[in-house]
Amino acid sequence: MKHADVSSLRMLRQARDRIDRDYAEDIGVPALAAGAGYSREHFIRAFQAAYGETPGRYRTRRRVERAGELLRSANLTVTEICHLVGFTSLGTFSARFTELTGMSPTAYRQEAARRGGPAPIPGCFALMWRTGLPRPPKSAKLITS
Amino acid sequence: MITGISIVSVWVLDQDSAKEFYTKKLGFTCTNDVRMEGGMRWLTVRPPGSENQELVLMDPMHSMLDEETAQQVRALVAKGALSPGVMSTTDCKGDHRVLAAEGVEFTMEPAERPYGTEAIMRDDSGNWFSFTQRKAEERPGG
Repeated sequence: MKHADVSSLRMLRQARDRIDRDYAEDIGVPALAAGAGYSREHFIRAFQAAYGETPGRYRTRRRVERAGELLRSANLTVTEICHLVGFTSLGTFSARFTELTGMSPTAYRQEAARRGGPAPIPGCFALMWRTGLPRPPKSAKLITS
Repeated sequence: MITGISIVSVWVLDQDSAKEFYTKKLGFTCTNDVRMEGGMRWLTVRPPGSENQELVLMDPMHSMLDEETAQQVRALVAKGALSPGVMSTTDCKGDHRVLAAEGVEFTMEPAERPYGTEAIMRDDSGNWFSFTQRKAEERPGG
């Protein structure tokens, strides 16, 4: 195993934490790369080497994971959720969501309602397993059952 | 019967910096800072509201690990892959406000969960902790 040096990994982690925190914002990969002290191409390669996927792909998974949480718990329309998690196009949102979860946002919400109740796994761990670290949009009214 | 876990091991990248972070930023008490044979430094800290729980802040490079393994552990800590557990707080939002102002990194701001109010913080090495204020009637788990 080749060791990336610890200070580089720390910079990559901080860039990934920024995606986790500000997933809905339109922070470009070049800005993330600059923040971590890399060129765009080098950043993408280093991020992929450390985390197994590109930063863009990671952000997409993050947004879809957040959307899933909101679909399960928030009284918002699919279109509202699409925009809250940072997608600008409903078509793109539906396609990415379906690709990653195996069902459309609407079907996902119906399935969650059918199963009912929160999952028995503590949310923090479930969320970390899915992609990382969530923050509900400030404007979303969460229903905690 | 087993009564709990008295010491949890936390891998850190730099023990001086970790000691500073846990005692100065989080308000923990340093309970031991002892040099042992072979270069190992036994550094323990205790949360302010706890009598019998400590963290031992371990430097993988001066531990029971071989150098190759220690380097792997350092890489995992630095890239943010490791989580020692859940920190309990009596005031998640208040503590978050104070700690964030002190420069402690949070990757999730306090949010309401079925079991309580939870934020997620990182220590100065990159370890993540759930930072949770439980609902009084709920059993632990988050």
